Amino acid sequence: MIEIDNLSKKFGDLTAVDSISMNINEGEVFGFLGPNGAGKTTTVRMLCTLISKTSGNARISGYNIGDKDDSLKIRKIIGLVPDNVGLSEHLSAYDNLEFFARVHDLSKTERKERIQYFLEMLGLWDKRNVSVGTFSKGMKQKLAIARALIHDPQVLFLDEPTANLDPEAAKTVRDFILDLKKQKKTIFLNTHNLDEAQRICDRIGILNTKLVSIGTPKDLEDAVRVRKTVIELEQVTDSVLKSVQKLSLPNLDVEGNTITFDTIDSGSKNWPIVEAIVHAGGHVNIVKVVGSTLEDVYLKLVGENQ
Amino acid sequence: MKLSKAWLVAARDFKIFKHQKNMLYGLVIFPVIISIIPSAILNYAVNRDPPLPAAGIPPILDAFSIFLIIGSAFVPLGIAGYTIVGEKVEKSLEPLLAGPLTDGEILLGKTISAVLPALIAMYTGGVIFMVGTDAVSYPSLNYYYFPNWTIAVILFLGMPAATIMSVEFGVIVSSRVNDVRSATNFGALMFFPFLIIYILGQTKLITLDTETMAKISVILLVIDVVLFFISTALFKREEILTKWK
Repeated sequence: MIEIDNLSKKFGDLTAVDSISMNINEGEVFGFLGPNGAGKTTTVRMLCTLISKTSGNARISGYNIGDKDDSLKIRKIIGLVPDNVGLSEHLSAYDNLEFFARVHDLSKTERKERIQYFLEMLGLWDKRNVSVGTFSKGMKQKLAIARALIHDPQVLFLDEPTANLDPEAAKTVRDFILDLKKQKKTIFLNTHNLDEAQRICDRIGILNTKLVSIGTPKDLEDAVRVRKTVIELEQVTDSVLKSVQKLSLPNLDVEGNTITFDTIDSGSKNWPIVEAIVHAGGHVNIVKVVGSTLEDVYLKLVGENQ
Repeated sequence: MKLSKAWLVAARDFKIFKHQKNMLYGLVIFPVIISIIPSAILNYAVNRDPPLPAAGIPPILDAFSIFLIIGSAFVPLGIAGYTIVGEKVEKSLEPLLAGPLTDGEILLGKTISAVLPALIAMYTGGVIFMVGTDAVSYPSLNYYYFPNWTIAVILFLGMPAATIMSVEFGVIVSSRVNDVRSATNFGALMFFPFLIIYILGQTKLITLDTETMAKISVILLVIDVVLFFISTALFKREEILTKWK
């Protein structure tokens, strides 16, 4: 559906996106994670043919983003929700949707049906003639997504759809995206919300000007595999401390009555360590292995590429 | 480029304008002034003691006529400022640019949405101006001064050319400012060249006759062409998203 091949964008001397290559499959929800200024919005704008590429190429449904004739065709088959919802505040919800339905050449019947479908789905049908300026942020964001979907696009680009929303509004937007996922829409989601990416996306790309890593959330966690063993004791005595220090455990950290270190190979190797602690007179309350989260992966990968 | 697509953009703007009271006032005030005040002044002049001689009436009416061009340059400024800067402020340009519209269709739509209401308002004002001043001047002149060739040139060349120039200037200004008021203030600079023409006419350095009005209109059309190339060069997706302030 989306093929990206060494795509780059420079603004003067500044490289905003540096030779990224990846493919996004039909029906896939792809999350693009990265810190501010990583090039996420620039990438989406290039793919939506809003700005030109400096080098490389990308194709959406076989259409070339660098080709002037294809640009219009691409804009017909995509929907974009930019980081600002960009609704006309003085127009009603109905008029906002109708304008874009007309822009996409939907027939009168199609326009009526699709607008009603989305406004009813969003619970806005009764407010269809009310100015959008009076809507909550969450409702505006959902309406903006509906606007991007009004022509039933093949690919939906969402740029930080839950940024600046309160938790409740963010949840309603996320639920809406999950509904779209069930409908097998191809979605390209820019976000820096790791939890959101993990819950919604089939695959995740981590961008920091360059594409740092790409894979399923599970793949990424496994790739880094930073797992910690946490041992909680009644008390960390001097003899216990000496016994664990003798073991040369990686990234050993003692804080209060808790000993933490990077898990060696597998959790099973923890038992000799526990035995050593008990032998030194320690009274062990809890032993647990904490797996790496997507946040650990993200921070590690982005940190390495700073 | 499809005219129907440009018209869609303009039609949406017209819907938005209905909610912009300040813009509507701006559309009405100047045409009302231009249509009523000249008739009132002329009425005073021909009825005072001693009255203005008949030979003095045509130069006054010609001088008033140039205000129709000034108004045509002035009235669209508020609309042109809103139609682009307003969208910048609302951040509603990006979804529009992401739709299947060409840059030319969007720019033409924006131009239509600013030019059409301004011209309708100014033509309405112009008709009232002609009827009002004819009614007042007829007893002295014994003929209707309007319509004549000078006003025809003003109505069909000068006013559209001035309106388009104003809108194109508005597009250029819009690419460099971030609020509607600044766009309108910058656009008000358009007023001065016309004021100079008016002063030159009043000081008899030029005669505001048909030939002069035709020359002024041609100059305006040439400026329109130059501004068209500048505004279309600025009104490009990438420019708007990455370089417009």
